[in-house]
Amino acid sequence: MGNEYILEMKGISKSFSSVKVLHEVDFRIKKGEVHALMGENGAGKSTLIKILTGIYSRDGGTILFDGKEIHPADALEAQKAGISTIYQEISLIGQLSVAENIYIGREIKKHGAIDWKAINEKSRELLAGLGLDIDVTKVLSSYGTAIQQMVAIARSILIDAKLVIMDEATSSLDDDEVKILFNIIRKLKAQGISVLFISHRLPEIFEIADSLTVLKDGSLVGEYRTADLTRKELVSKMIGHDAENIVEVKRTYRKVSGEEYLKVSDIQSGIKLKGLNLTIHRGEIVGLAGLLGAGRTELARVIFGIDRKDKGEIWIDGKPVEFKLPAHAIGHGLAFCSEDRKVEGIIPNLTIAENISIANMKEVSRFGVIHHAKQRAVAKEYIEKIRIKTTGTDQKIKNLSGGNQQKVILARWLSMKPDFIILDEPTRGIDVGAKKEIEDLIREISAEGISVLLISSEFEELIRNCDRVEVLRDGKNAGCLRGEEITENNIMSLIATGKVETGGGQSE
Amino acid sequence: MNREQLGEISRKYGALIVLILMVVINAIVTPNFLHINTMWNILIQAFSVIVISMGMTLVIATGGIDISVGSTMALASIIFAKLLIEYEMSFGVSLLAALFASCIFGAFNGILIGVFDFQPIVASLILMISGRGIAQQFNNGVVISFYGNKYSAIGTYRIGGVVPIQIVFILLVVLAAAFIVKKTNFGLYVQAIGDNKTASKLMGLRTTLVLVGIYVLCAFLAGFAASLETLRMCSADPNNIGLNVELDCIAAVAIGGTSMSGGRAVVWGTLVGALVMQLITTMMNMNNIFYAYALVIKSVIIIIALYLQKEKES
Repeated sequence: MGNEYILEMKGISKSFSSVKVLHEVDFRIKKGEVHALMGENGAGKSTLIKILTGIYSRDGGTILFDGKEIHPADALEAQKAGISTIYQEISLIGQLSVAENIYIGREIKKHGAIDWKAINEKSRELLAGLGLDIDVTKVLSSYGTAIQQMVAIARSILIDAKLVIMDEATSSLDDDEVKILFNIIRKLKAQGISVLFISHRLPEIFEIADSLTVLKDGSLVGEYRTADLTRKELVSKMIGHDAENIVEVKRTYRKVSGEEYLKVSDIQSGIKLKGLNLTIHRGEIVGLAGLLGAGRTELARVIFGIDRKDKGEIWIDGKPVEFKLPAHAIGHGLAFCSEDRKVEGIIPNLTIAENISIANMKEVSRFGVIHHAKQRAVAKEYIEKIRIKTTGTDQKIKNLSGGNQQKVILARWLSMKPDFIILDEPTRGIDVGAKKEIEDLIREISAEGISVLLISSEFEELIRNCDRVEVLRDGKNAGCLRGEEITENNIMSLIATGKVETGGGQSE
Repeated sequence: MNREQLGEISRKYGALIVLILMVVINAIVTPNFLHINTMWNILIQAFSVIVISMGMTLVIATGGIDISVGSTMALASIIFAKLLIEYEMSFGVSLLAALFASCIFGAFNGILIGVFDFQPIVASLILMISGRGIAQQFNNGVVISFYGNKYSAIGTYRIGGVVPIQIVFILLVVLAAAFIVKKTNFGLYVQAIGDNKTASKLMGLRTTLVLVGIYVLCAFLAGFAASLETLRMCSADPNNIGLNVELDCIAAVAIGGTSMSGGRAVVWGTLVGALVMQLITTMMNMNNIFYAYALVIKSVIIIIALYLQKEKES
């Protein structure tokens, strides 16, 4: 009876240099259930997991695992207790064979030497039990992410894990691979192993999780049976206010009357861009849709002067331009918010104030000497205006959540008063609340006359925000949709076939 | 105070703690250590390392490194002495020529690194090896001495008969470096490039210009330090001046807490680091400790300083 739960964490608290990130959180998982841990970025999910797996020490609270109190001091100790973690990035050894990866550290021996035959045989059996029939003697890195993850799962079964943590394990899998992974999760469940599942994708939660726990701002919101919640209810618990707007807002079509701002014609570059055209008017939000590799980011990089074009022309306000460096493009009023925030956006160890002003120092300095008060004032203005959640202008940007980092980057570009901003996947990996705020901001700036090129893989985001959506397919224009024509169905058919099913909508 | 706060303090002030320890230990074991002249001597001997390590701090903050500063010192020293003593040119012209030559070395490094994307350690290795050779051939490897010359008193000049001239320049250079880092756009760009070069480029920063500038600045400081050292010693010895100075400078920066992979430049930390390095040497010399032991003790103290400020893995 008292042993219904495999894991009981009680009153867990944690602070980082006087900022409290977990407030006496209770968290428990039943034996043999799939339990999802939900919350926006910054809710405290990863801190909680890291305390459980021994990466962080806790300031207060108790952890009961399988009836015994544990104090894991590092990942190995947690593993010995029976907690196994499958990360998004595989933490196995790519250069070793599948079987070696499964058995490393607990090799089967015969006469003092490693019995490879037995290891290979048992690995094969183990994977077959998970419904996976692969050559276990091949090196791990020759298989895709999904299979590598399954190998990691097989290993955790072998080491008698009682709880398997899957932290965003599905984020790099395609639909079929997710299906296979879910089958394996069900098999783990059948063997009485509990699974702690973390994912940003709501449909997955509703498909696989038996129950879930929601965290918000480091506190427990509640524990629920998945079947008792609707998707909308879950979202509203996560963001703590009514989720209506998030799911339903549909952009009403604006006929943009502004004059033509940017025109791009017949851009060719390498093997990725095969003659692309694009027109954007002042104050217009134009979406770029297409599959990965269709040429969306590549086109943006050519426009912004990061990559060279082999052929084609770019006009701004009717004048031909040629940018050899991002600095030239910026000088012409362009801005580019990259999809890779970590690598191409933030300067991690600089403060928020510095990150906002750094590309536009002439505004906050005189003769090259920084006016710190002005620099902070500019930062404060944006912190308030676009609601950046921070302890102050002097906080390092790397200590912010993803959504707030993105807002700082947007503030950086907006402070330069651009005429045109390219946003490449601006809400990727960002929690629902910040996502809505960023989308609102995009519409706001376009109302102020800034033209926006919005690259997004999320159709709903394009539908909600764009005046026009240009669909790219294999480095060429597949078609253009306006206003009411922008529907999931139409975008999908253009990507898939290059045609809109029910006539109309084709342009240019 | 809990363990984490203690860790925070040791991370932030690790170098300072070691410096204070060194002073205390020296005060106990080293005879006459607390005498004002001992202090002046320590600073005079640390002069080159302090001045050059200010440039090195900025170079390292960009994620780079410059191991050619010793050779640059040799070049500046011999050009300065050759023009001043042998060609009897004016003091100003000789000094400017020496500084200009140093800057050319710096520009060479900077262009290889900033424009052609050479790895900094490889790029500056070129001049580390060949630079001293270039310096030597200016006077066929022969030392130029000028004891008793009208310039021979400059290097040992004391302001008001008390404060050595080196102290003034140490103050000026350290303050200037701190000012650049804290108060100027250039300083911010330097640290941004070291922290995330790709992002810096994408937001339109002139990374190439900043990189060339920073290597020129570092070489300029090496040339300046060499000129004053030449005046103090009344001789230009291209074979020996600045030998291994790059290692002491890099160690000073490392002890001071600037990350070798770039990012935040900790100017005061470098000053403390340079003083720690010098105090170790002084302690060894004044207590007649065998040189080979001195080197071992030096490395142990460096390890302690680095350990104290090790970032906790997260």
